Amino acid sequence: MRCPRCDKELWRHKPDSYNRTFALTLAALVLYIIANAVPMLGLHAAGREAFTTVVGGAEQLWNDGDQLVAVLVLFAAVLAPALQIGFLLLIVIGCRREHPPFWVGKFLQHLQFTRTWSMIEVMLLGVLVSLTKIAEYATVILGEAFFALFGLVFLLAMIQSSFDPREVWTRIEWAEEEARLTAAKSGLEGTS
Amino acid sequence: MNDTAAPTAMQHGLQSCHGCGLLSRPAPGHEGGRCPRCDENLEYRKSDSLNRTLAYLIAASICYVPANLLPVMKTTTAGGSESDTILQGVVLLWSPTGWPLSLIVLFASIMIPSAKILALLYLVFTVKRGSIKNNAQRVRLYRMVEIIGRWSMVDVFVDTFTVALIQLQPLMLVQPGPGLLFFAAVVVLTMLAVESFDPRLIWDSADAQETKKKVQYA
Repeated sequence: MRCPRCDKELWRHKPDSYNRTFALTLAALVLYIIANAVPMLGLHAAGREAFTTVVGGAEQLWNDGDQLVAVLVLFAAVLAPALQIGFLLLIVIGCRREHPPFWVGKFLQHLQFTRTWSMIEVMLLGVLVSLTKIAEYATVILGEAFFALFGLVFLLAMIQSSFDPREVWTRIEWAEEEARLTAAKSGLEGTS
Repeated sequence: MNDTAAPTAMQHGLQSCHGCGLLSRPAPGHEGGRCPRCDENLEYRKSDSLNRTLAYLIAASICYVPANLLPVMKTTTAGGSESDTILQGVVLLWSPTGWPLSLIVLFASIMIPSAKILALLYLVFTVKRGSIKNNAQRVRLYRMVEIIGRWSMVDVFVDTFTVALIQLQPLMLVQPGPGLLFFAAVVVLTMLAVESFDPRLIWDSADAQETKKKVQYA
């Protein structure tokens, strides 16, 4: 279905959305852990070797006095992707129930925010550029994390095309309902 | 493209939730309320969209100047130290093998941020003026800005990892420069500007005119 006005796609049926998203998100989680545990890039010059992880990059920036930018890098490259993967897992697990509880919707609402700010693909391009710069002075080495992140970019894109937020919204427990239940519960406790 | 083919939710007194997309009707006499499904605040259009977008754009334009004039990287070697701005970084990268990356950085760090600011300014002013022309092109422009915008972060990552790797005292040391903070600010502010703009406003003036015409002919 397309918007009659601006021709943007409004809806497309996504088959087997939950199972596919669940499988892809688990794979993404594994790659994410690898990507942040091992070095992403390194160099070899004048008999010395230096390596850095993704977090190590932000850390050096922090130590050099650029704390705000360090936080931004940490957020866009490490925290936002972690939140994105975590939220997706919670949503998909919550949707295993017949009527997904209200909190699933809260995570779903903030999923778009984490997607906007998670910039792994941008970081990978940045790493390539910085390696090209450094290659002038030293032998550069791509770490395992680089390849894990490369795979993660593809997984996140696949999740994007298999996950159907609309389907979740149609099944979810409404906030109104939740409020009524909570009120009823506290009323019950009050009388007992 | 027929701009007035579809009736809008607003014309029918319905509000579309920003959180979950549910359409609901506010209680009589009320401007908004809370979404019964996801408990988000309801409103017809993003509140104060044009002013917010404009405020972010002004802040971004101010940061744009030091971002391009101040050095983003300081390289210290045995022979002395040298500071590079973003543009100097592009020139340094230009070589028989490095020129494609040099072009990418030029595009991502210098052209995208300025094009983004200009494009959003154009959108804000045409909506303010109540323009009804080129609606489809304008909304396409907005989507392009939305998709391409994030890539201007590339230079922040380039500088981060160059700084992190080249810590080879006393041979060579790279440190971040004062321009980096301003450059990062431009990227973040323009992304916030994109987010606060409500593209539905582009069509609202056309709808308003159509309604006026109908009233006149009736």
